[in-house]
Amino acid sequence: MRFILVFALMLLASPAWARLEIDITKGHLDPMPIAVPDFLGTTDPERETGAKIAALIAQNLTRSGLFKPLDKASFIEHQSNINVQPRFADWRIIHTDALVAGQITIDKDNRMQVAFRLWDVLSEQQLVGLQLASTPENWRRIAHKVSDAIYRKLTGENGYFDTRIVFISESGPKTDRVKRLAIMDQDGANPTFLTSGNYTVLTPRFSPTAQQITYMSYATRTPSVYLFNIETGRQEALGDFPGMTFAPRFSPDGGKVIMSLVQGGNSDIWVMNLRTRQRQRLTSAPAIDTSPSFSPDGAHIVFNSDRGGSPQLYVMNADGSGIHRISFGEGRYSAPVWSPRGDLIAFTQQYKGKFHIGVIRPDGSGERILTTAYLDEGPTWSPNGRVLMFTRETRPGAGPHIWSIDLTGSNLRKVATPEDSSDPAWSPLIQ
Amino acid sequence: MKTVISSLVTLLLLSACASTPTQTANNTPAPTPEPRKTTPRPQIHQAPLPGSVAGSREEFQKMAGDRVHFALDSYALSYKARSILSKQAAWLNRYPRVRILVEGNCDERGTREYNLALGAQRASAVRDYLVNLGVSPSRISTISYGKERPIDGRSNEEAWAINRNAHSAITSGAVS
Repeated sequence: MRFILVFALMLLASPAWARLEIDITKGHLDPMPIAVPDFLGTTDPERETGAKIAALIAQNLTRSGLFKPLDKASFIEHQSNINVQPRFADWRIIHTDALVAGQITIDKDNRMQVAFRLWDVLSEQQLVGLQLASTPENWRRIAHKVSDAIYRKLTGENGYFDTRIVFISESGPKTDRVKRLAIMDQDGANPTFLTSGNYTVLTPRFSPTAQQITYMSYATRTPSVYLFNIETGRQEALGDFPGMTFAPRFSPDGGKVIMSLVQGGNSDIWVMNLRTRQRQRLTSAPAIDTSPSFSPDGAHIVFNSDRGGSPQLYVMNADGSGIHRISFGEGRYSAPVWSPRGDLIAFTQQYKGKFHIGVIRPDGSGERILTTAYLDEGPTWSPNGRVLMFTRETRPGAGPHIWSIDLTGSNLRKVATPEDSSDPAWSPLIQ
Repeated sequence: MKTVISSLVTLLLLSACASTPTQTANNTPAPTPEPRKTTPRPQIHQAPLPGSVAGSREEFQKMAGDRVHFALDSYALSYKARSILSKQAAWLNRYPRVRILVEGNCDERGTREYNLALGAQRASAVRDYLVNLGVSPSRISTISYGKERPIDGRSNEEAWAINRNAHSAITSGAVS
């Protein structure tokens, strides 16, 4: 199937396309050189927006770790029209592999048209030509969509720039912490609080449509799982369970929420159908069963249990049958999350006084540790399954912050948030 | 003693009146009043009345202790914890109108959701023990805070041991 897909793409694309491609599965010490000149415009507002868009695209590509946008001062050619072929020789001299050329028009009704072309400098072929329309205020999302198009063409995989992160924003002393539900763009822009901080909220997660969040809240006497509609701001307690509910996640089709329910002190995994409101119990061991996460095809669930004496990772079928352990390394394993690609499960490992983020195949093979710190926990996948965000406390007493790392184990970065931050969850690509 | 205090107060009031600058019709500044010698005021010492009121939160804390601690990653009740809980049960059986909320807490050396589950086990272990000693289950609610409510903000072994606990918080029925 994959072969057919690649073959079809090769028929559509220029022959040179196959050459200018980044192998995303490797850690990149040599990111691809790319030129991103300011997008052209004829008026001052157009040129200003054009410069901001180009800068944000360059920033996105740099943060991905796969690209090296070149210094604008080195550019020889200054295009005045993106519909004319660039002078490729001028771009080859400065050793760029790819060139982004963009142009902006803003009409009198405040509508903005952005056109851009991505060129392969060596083969002198156009790789992408795209036109986007919106309002000038939406320039960041336009830049993210252009970045996604470049990433998709040059890596062969979907991007993750036009996405958002829901997380917990933290403030105040450790013994009296204020925790608020918050949302921001994947690059940390536009942070917005969704709850007031009068009550503690934890572990938000996106629905597959990115319109809803499920999270845990201490708003009432019995802490429980809630739904939050991002469009309307409406919050609703999910179900009337006879005990504390926590650790919620959506099913891949968005139709169900899977979570833990405490009864008599014991946590088991339950699933609730959001349409019929019917609930079904999936585990019943006299042990901790929590942190369930569906496989992207909805057929399996990975979860955390201490039924074997210490916290480990287990996989079961979606109906609760066929439970088997998959983690057999040293230490304690928890907080598993299935990759959107289905091929890996990310987890938190505790070993010899340190915390680690790692990945393992669903059959328990190929375990790989990616990070180490005083506290690293709660990974979340980028929608293309190539980047992980997680909560990190670099040293004892340092507040928590959101960090990101590539699946390759390279490109570790702190994500800018206004306050201390934890429990990130990545949205799908926004449509 | 009482008359001494009241006469002292009168004296102070009088002196306060006397030292208030008087308003003048013209704008010449009022002459600075002579500093007066005041007699030093006798100090009043306060101390809590020894012994707590029967049936109060303070008495519960003093006679039983409102927190039991746990070993790492465990919800088993130690000998010391059981002894505290026996005293809690005895006190609760004496004041049947008192209701409590048992809050299960964990140290920061675990992941968030696992700790929420562990805190629930700790709160439930305390509840079950109290029920076995005759406290009506209807008087005891439980909640887990996982690692979200540390009482010691430090990050060391001592603080982690303090933060691994179940707290029996009186929610109603105590004498205030």
